[in-house]
Amino acid sequence: MVDTLVFIVAAAICLTGALGVILARNPVHSALMLVMTLFGIAVQFVAQEAHFLAAVQVIVYAGAIVVLFLFVIMLLGVDRAQNLELSILPIQRWAALVFAAGSLVILGALIVVVNEPVTGAEAMGGTASGDENVRLLARSLFSDHVYAFELTSLLLVIAVIGAVVLARKPKDIQSATIEEPGNN
Amino acid sequence: MEITTGWYLVLGALLFVIGGTGLLIRRNPLVMLMCVELMLNGVNLSFVAFARQLDDIGGQTVVFFVLVVAAAEVVVGLGLVVAILRRQPGATADDLSALRG
Repeated sequence: MVDTLVFIVAAAICLTGALGVILARNPVHSALMLVMTLFGIAVQFVAQEAHFLAAVQVIVYAGAIVVLFLFVIMLLGVDRAQNLELSILPIQRWAALVFAAGSLVILGALIVVVNEPVTGAEAMGGTASGDENVRLLARSLFSDHVYAFELTSLLLVIAVIGAVVLARKPKDIQSATIEEPGNN
Repeated sequence: MEITTGWYLVLGALLFVIGGTGLLIRRNPLVMLMCVELMLNGVNLSFVAFARQLDDIGGQTVVFFVLVVAAAEVVVGLGLVVAILRRQPGATADDLSALRG
């Protein structure tokens, strides 16, 4: 009973936030609605006994990524409201409608058809909650997926260097453009 | 009413579709990036739901990697947005067609 209640409330929060993200005229409101959705998802993670991921979700997504979004919004001063009607091309609206209806039908059909789906490969000893959950996740991460884990560190370094290069002062970019026209 | 895995999958699918729709109807590049985050979160929810149903921690490991990739994606994406909007304030995604070679 409690599970059902938690799911319904968290799902309502998630969907309200998601609709808020795409319908809010002001990008700041979109970012705050995104926080709402992410918290709802964190609650769902706890309900699914993925406690570590719920904590990471709040810290990394709601804490870091959304703050980054807000920083950029404030930095660029694009927090003025945007007229949704003017910002949509007619063909865009139809494409969005077709996409939404199509993917809802496909995903819904998949969920219904594949109701008792995969039996899965051999399990890594379950997804036990609490401390056990973190231990199992760490064992999976640092044994089976250790190469992928190392590659993510490479990915993060590349992303940081890329961000630094992209976000340099315009003056540097312009002088670089003059020196190497085709290389920027 | 018992909450089965299917309900979580439906919620994940709805989040994915809402994110994809937003990606198509919004032209502010920042909001478009947020919509990508919504889509990733919908998929994450499905992964965790399957991890629980199949009693396999692998699904949660994948979510962990998705988080890392999402963070990298946001960093690079916002770097691009900052670089573009500095040169052309108020640019929308449509104005970026000027970037073609």
